[in-house]
Amino acid sequence: MPIRMKVFLPTSLEDALGILRASPGAHVLAGGTDFMVEMNYGHRRPERILSLRFVDELRAWSREGATLVLGAGVRFADILSSEIATLSPALAQAARTVGSPQIRNTGTIGGNIATASPAGDTLPVLWALEAMVNIRSEKGERRIAIRDLVTGVKRNELAKDELITSISIPVADGPQEFLKVGRRNAMVIAAASLAFACNRSERRIACALGAVGPTIIRCTDAERFVGERVDWERLMVPSERDRVKFGELCSEATLAVDDHRSTARYRRHAISVMAYRAVARMS
Amino acid sequence: MEIERRYELLINGKECKVESSWLGESLMYVLRERLGLWGTKNACEQGECGSCSVLIDGMLACSCLELAATAVGVDITTVEGLGAPDNMTDIQQSFIDEGAVQCGFCTPGLVVAVHDLLLSNPAPSGQEIKEALAGNLCRCTGYGRIEAAVVKVVQQRHE
Repeated sequence: MPIRMKVFLPTSLEDALGILRASPGAHVLAGGTDFMVEMNYGHRRPERILSLRFVDELRAWSREGATLVLGAGVRFADILSSEIATLSPALAQAARTVGSPQIRNTGTIGGNIATASPAGDTLPVLWALEAMVNIRSEKGERRIAIRDLVTGVKRNELAKDELITSISIPVADGPQEFLKVGRRNAMVIAAASLAFACNRSERRIACALGAVGPTIIRCTDAERFVGERVDWERLMVPSERDRVKFGELCSEATLAVDDHRSTARYRRHAISVMAYRAVARMS
Repeated sequence: MEIERRYELLINGKECKVESSWLGESLMYVLRERLGLWGTKNACEQGECGSCSVLIDGMLACSCLELAATAVGVDITTVEGLGAPDNMTDIQQSFIDEGAVQCGFCTPGLVVAVHDLLLSNPAPSGQEIKEALAGNLCRCTGYGRIEAAVVKVVQQRHE
């Protein structure tokens, strides 16, 4: 028996929210690069789909002083081909590692957040930058820290009538890095990834790990350790031993497991190497 | 707009009526099974192989990852919209000349991806060619001849 389906194609955020109120079980479709795989393989059969393809408001981005506000519908390719790449270098590095040109032209940052995969490429960056996620429903607006929005493996705490509208992150205030390892350079889901961001005005370092736990992991001990050892005038960690120690502390923060993509042991090793490289590349 | 059954897609400049039994079909499936546009190939259905590459509003995309019913009103270009057997593009001819086609299964997706690359970057470096084609898998020729075919098109266009 064919399943009766309905596809909604709103052209404004207001209409999209109205549809979600009236059909709260509707599946929200952003770029579709994860969702369509599940559809093609028969793992999902939603009766109602709300496509955000034509909601242009969600594709916009702006800089408001020291804050960058990215519409949920901003695609990975948009991040690479615009000024966003210079305002948020680690986000651009992460976006460049997503899939292939085809996937980067399709997938969106809002979709990456809502899908909440532990291996979501932009997520460690958003964690390190303490991104705030702006959410709307017909009832109103709210802002939530990304670490509170993502509650587990592929789980978020969005209500059924809510949409992510945009993400607020600080404009880079110092060196940033994103590193990722997998079996290929292209078209790979991370076995482990790491985002590193220096905040010069607050004199602190933030570091977050992807694909080594059920959600992204902030390395608070490692951050504190390395933050106290930065030469802020020269923007570097002068001691080789401290750089190595930073790698070890990041590795200790992981909750890595063995799975089809890698082993816990390799993941811990990869994190220590990537963390070392991130801090070594600062200067 | 709401779609419950029939819809129309704009493919290679033509309005095509689609009547599917199920609205969950991917654009790749609709192109092949409903509209008989077999140039777009189906291999992985998860965006890994690039054999189903098309242009959507001028952007390279995997048609297997597009829900066909949401692609109404956008401009879809398939490999059939780029060239025909009796009127091949320089890219298609170069693939033949350089031996970049063996079984041919990946070729249409690669032709679309190369077309897209050369529109945005008419003189790509070897590294840029590799990165632009990283989403298209080939299991027989090896990628050397494919890259050579792209280099040849670039040379010809600059002559």
